[in-house]
Amino acid sequence: MEAKTQAQGGDSKKVHPLAIRITHWINVFAMLIMVTSGWRIYNASPIFDFKFPRDLTLGGWLGGALQWHFAAMWILVINGLIYVAYGVISRHFKANFLPLTLRSVWLEFSNALRGKIKHELGVYNAVQRAAYLGVLGVLIVLVLSGVAIWKPVQFHWLAALMGDFEGARVVHFVAMALVVLFVIVHVVMVALVPRTLLPMFTGRASTTGHGG
Amino acid sequence: MSRNEKFDRNLVAPGREIIKLERRIFMKQGLSLGALTMLSGCDVTDADSVQKVLWTMSRWNDGVQAAIFDVNKLAPTFPESAITQPFPFNAFYAETEAPRVDGSKFKLEIGGLVREKAAWNLEQLYALPQTSQITRHICVEGWSAIGKWTGVTFKTFLERIGADMTAKYVGFKCSDDYYTSIDMPTALHPQTQLTFRFADQILPVSYGFPMKLRIPTKLGFKNPKHIAAIFVTNDNPGGYWEDQGYNWFSGS
Repeated sequence: MEAKTQAQGGDSKKVHPLAIRITHWINVFAMLIMVTSGWRIYNASPIFDFKFPRDLTLGGWLGGALQWHFAAMWILVINGLIYVAYGVISRHFKANFLPLTLRSVWLEFSNALRGKIKHELGVYNAVQRAAYLGVLGVLIVLVLSGVAIWKPVQFHWLAALMGDFEGARVVHFVAMALVVLFVIVHVVMVALVPRTLLPMFTGRASTTGHGG
Repeated sequence: MSRNEKFDRNLVAPGREIIKLERRIFMKQGLSLGALTMLSGCDVTDADSVQKVLWTMSRWNDGVQAAIFDVNKLAPTFPESAITQPFPFNAFYAETEAPRVDGSKFKLEIGGLVREKAAWNLEQLYALPQTSQITRHICVEGWSAIGKWTGVTFKTFLERIGADMTAKYVGFKCSDDYYTSIDMPTALHPQTQLTFRFADQILPVSYGFPMKLRIPTKLGFKNPKHIAAIFVTNDNPGGYWEDQGYNWFSGS
């Protein structure tokens, strides 16, 4: 899907379809609520020997945090399902995330470490493909472990897969930590290559002025 | 307002003060939104409308959970070896503040949509057919503990008092001024138990003497202790914590 148009100042190229941009930003909003309210819920009975700083949490108290968490989960899940359905039906996933081999990931990762990072607007390199597919998988685990914690009796089979209720709590925490790690790296990458930010709103990127 | 509030947590007085303080700050300043205020475009200072949306979602979640709830799906049971020792004391107040009910004078009051409204003394209650269960108690805070409870299947008790089982709710009033309520399908679940014994002993004061309701398909705070009155109704009686924001259904 490549539409060339004459924009002011040069060529521009469509790099992010509208559906992807909308679901991306809705996801940012939902995840922000889920993670910050989740941290407050965690603080009520920490699994590990630490608590999250109060100022980074949402909800004011456990009851408030639970209300946020169980409201935003619908936004997260419905938006996620729309994103996945779009990704499959429009072949967005196939076109942008595949093919993907371990070898290509390693090659481009080591190249990136040596400063030879390849930027082709609208085309994801192997490391990006692995990260985006990976975080998608982690998000699915995050949601499923959340369902297991919410309904350990009604969906006992799901909780049993994760080591019962207590195991599901750990899975939920680890999946959250991985998503947060992804977000940190993702945001640092955008900070390092700021021209990738605007296209996530407009969908278009200028094709002049940078040679890859 | 009574100081004797019960809650499903193993915290003593200092923890309770923190919660109180948190709630006061929460009420006064609206919501602590942390990083969200910086990133979202909506007017988050309008806490009233945000609160309305959150409460509406919580009611929606009650409906979803009622739809998901399968009265024939049993909570997992465990062997004696899995029992948590010591079982946490779940109350808001210090263990020494738990209400001392005189068993010899105790009368369980029955009310609402029931045929037999006579009160029950402990002798009559203990004569009911009893079963035991070893199940996981899950607290709203996230911790869980496995215990052994013995008592009469609540459905059997509701049959004895001629409860209108087409009614929507069963409400509970407790000796420590705690109150809560549950949906009728959960009240009729085979593992929902009017409990008289814990770990094969007469229910200790700490765990709710003379009786509690054990519901392994609901969070701990939906398991009232020190029950003094039971009533059947079609008007949702709410609950101590539910009225402050915990989800009413809170099913597992």
